[in-house]
Amino acid sequence: MTRYGQTVRGVTYQFDGLVDLMAKATPARSGDELAGCAATSDAERVAAQLTLADVPLQQFLDEPLVPYETDEVTRLIFDSHDRAAFQPVASLTVGAFRDWLLDLVPRADSGAVLTALAPGLTPEMVAAVSKLMRNQDLIAVARATRVTSAFRSTIGLPGRLATRLQPNHPTDDRRGIAAATLDGLLLGCGDAVIGVNPAGDSPQTCADLLHLIDEIRSTYEIPTQSCVLTHVSTTIGLIEAGVPVDLVFQSVAGTQAANQGFGVTLSMLREGYEAGLSLGRGTVGQNVMYMETGQGSALSADAHRGVGGRPVDQQTLEARAYAVCREFKPLLVNTVVGFIGPEYLYDGKQIVRAGLEDHFCGKLLGLPMGVDVCYTNHAEADQDDMDNLLTLLGVAGCSFVIAVPGADDVMLGYQSTSFHDALFVRQALGLRPAPEFEAWLEGLGMMDGGGRVLPVEPSASALRSLTGVASR
Amino acid sequence: MPTRRVLEFRLAHAVARDAVHDPLDVDALVADLDRRGISAGPDRGKAPASGSTSATDESSNGRSLGSAIVVTSQAASRAEYLRRPDLGRLPADLSAVAPSSPADVGFVLADGLSARALQTHGPALLAALIQALPTTMTLAPPVIATQARVGLGDHIGEALGVQTVLVLIGERPGLSVADSLGIYLTHRPRPGRADSDRNCVSNIHAPGGLPYEVAARVVSGLIAGARQLGRSGVDLKDTSREVELATPDTALS
Repeated sequence: MTRYGQTVRGVTYQFDGLVDLMAKATPARSGDELAGCAATSDAERVAAQLTLADVPLQQFLDEPLVPYETDEVTRLIFDSHDRAAFQPVASLTVGAFRDWLLDLVPRADSGAVLTALAPGLTPEMVAAVSKLMRNQDLIAVARATRVTSAFRSTIGLPGRLATRLQPNHPTDDRRGIAAATLDGLLLGCGDAVIGVNPAGDSPQTCADLLHLIDEIRSTYEIPTQSCVLTHVSTTIGLIEAGVPVDLVFQSVAGTQAANQGFGVTLSMLREGYEAGLSLGRGTVGQNVMYMETGQGSALSADAHRGVGGRPVDQQTLEARAYAVCREFKPLLVNTVVGFIGPEYLYDGKQIVRAGLEDHFCGKLLGLPMGVDVCYTNHAEADQDDMDNLLTLLGVAGCSFVIAVPGADDVMLGYQSTSFHDALFVRQALGLRPAPEFEAWLEGLGMMDGGGRVLPVEPSASALRSLTGVASR
Repeated sequence: MPTRRVLEFRLAHAVARDAVHDPLDVDALVADLDRRGISAGPDRGKAPASGSTSATDESSNGRSLGSAIVVTSQAASRAEYLRRPDLGRLPADLSAVAPSSPADVGFVLADGLSARALQTHGPALLAALIQALPTTMTLAPPVIATQARVGLGDHIGEALGVQTVLVLIGERPGLSVADSLGIYLTHRPRPGRADSDRNCVSNIHAPGGLPYEVAARVVSGLIAGARQLGRSGVDLKDTSREVELATPDTALS
């Protein structure tokens, strides 16, 4: 293990390997303090960043942070690394890589260069450079990436912001879910997915909800996809039973042990991915996976340790989760940034920073990143912080955000962004829905050519019979 | 969004946040328990663990559990509690918790993330639990725990020497309900128990949540099951509630 040192104004700081150096270089957050791996002073943090800036990117290929022998996520990262794609940056240090990225941003071919580079980057390299970046750097580089994915709608085109319509209900009531879905569609949301977290996890409940959303979608010929966010093994069973599954969902994390905590392995994910592909239900693309992540998930499962048993910082582990996602060519990857609670991200400042980091890291690795801009009531955050992060992500070219009635998820008990928030950021930044969905909204007279949602008289709406679907 | 709706949202969030940060009024909680005859006030001296000294209050089935004991976790402040869940699971000092005589069931009244939930619903829920448990079961004095996480109950339960510990704890406040209680049941409590060793009955509040009496019946059934099985957790299933929830829900039609 390499030892690193830095003397700053007469004080010498020692860092015991890349795991320690990466953790100490991470912008302050409560989860790393809880894990006991954070810098103990602001000066030590900057000393670590100065040291990290001089580490060659190649070092991340020589010194795994989580052991290759015992962790299948590490094996995936190393075994799938594309050395040819890595060549343009192979001689750079982390600090020089930051400068290289920022120099690239204004160039006309920046999107194509970053797309070609993505397979040559590992999550650890991307996490490392993010730790040296200011928020504006995270925004500028993410904005320059070009990542698109498609199923019945196309996600990630420039100038577009899609939304997951999240019509959750505490008792999975069909009428409640249909009403929330109607509400969202009338406000121009749902182009990324209409996705329900079921309150009850039984396969029958999931099947009922999938039939409900599929009936709504096919009745009104909505160019979007449905998803019930249940365990991948449940979804595989539903596919075998002939239930209309569009997207295969799974939460994933950045270590093998944390994925075991979710009850998944890479081979199980592959089985789910292939089951989804076998249905061939996409019309404009065949990206069939919907994956969720979030900083702190490994620590909360006590599965956050790396080489030498040292705790790995939560942002690096989050970036490693994106290597898992990348393997299965997802339609959507959603970092649920403020969901777990203040012991991982304490306040609005930490949530905003983490949201921008996650979006940047995912995009640089080639993923269609969306962000659940959210918080819980015991965090030091409020709707103003969500407005800030939502706006920043809109500028950064975020692929999609969450849209839930009134910003209050009454089933999961947290606050996210609302249908109205999505309309705000689209209006403020001139962003539009996915093109297929936009054409559908315009065809039904629900949106004008300028992207403005039109007032609809409920009794005259083409969707007026929608709630009738649910009571059948 | 219309002004009225924005302000309503802000009010709901403010109430939820206040519920997180409001401290537990321990004196008021003890007085409430005394008034219900659940605990014995200092003027009444020590009551036997399952005696019949307080025959005045029907809400606790006339059973006083003895004087309430107050403990706190190692989290010194609310700010530390929120950042350090590990400290919220460790007791600062358990010397006040001594096993007078081994009992079957112990009760921990924990503030959790909503002291208001415990203040509002704790005494009535405890009274319902005492009423629902068989009179043959011996009950330990109630322990009030502040800055507490569920795992603190493992230490308290072991110190009490009880077979089963019930942690009544304030749940994370949501926008619609800021004062909901949960009960975590751990059989043979000791430090190091995992969450998979526990059973939980959640969303207990009035009105709109699980009623006290229903929660108490469910827990009573779970205790009986745990004693038969020799453990609590994932292998122990609640079989009482299907019947309770089978009543037709006509509220929405």
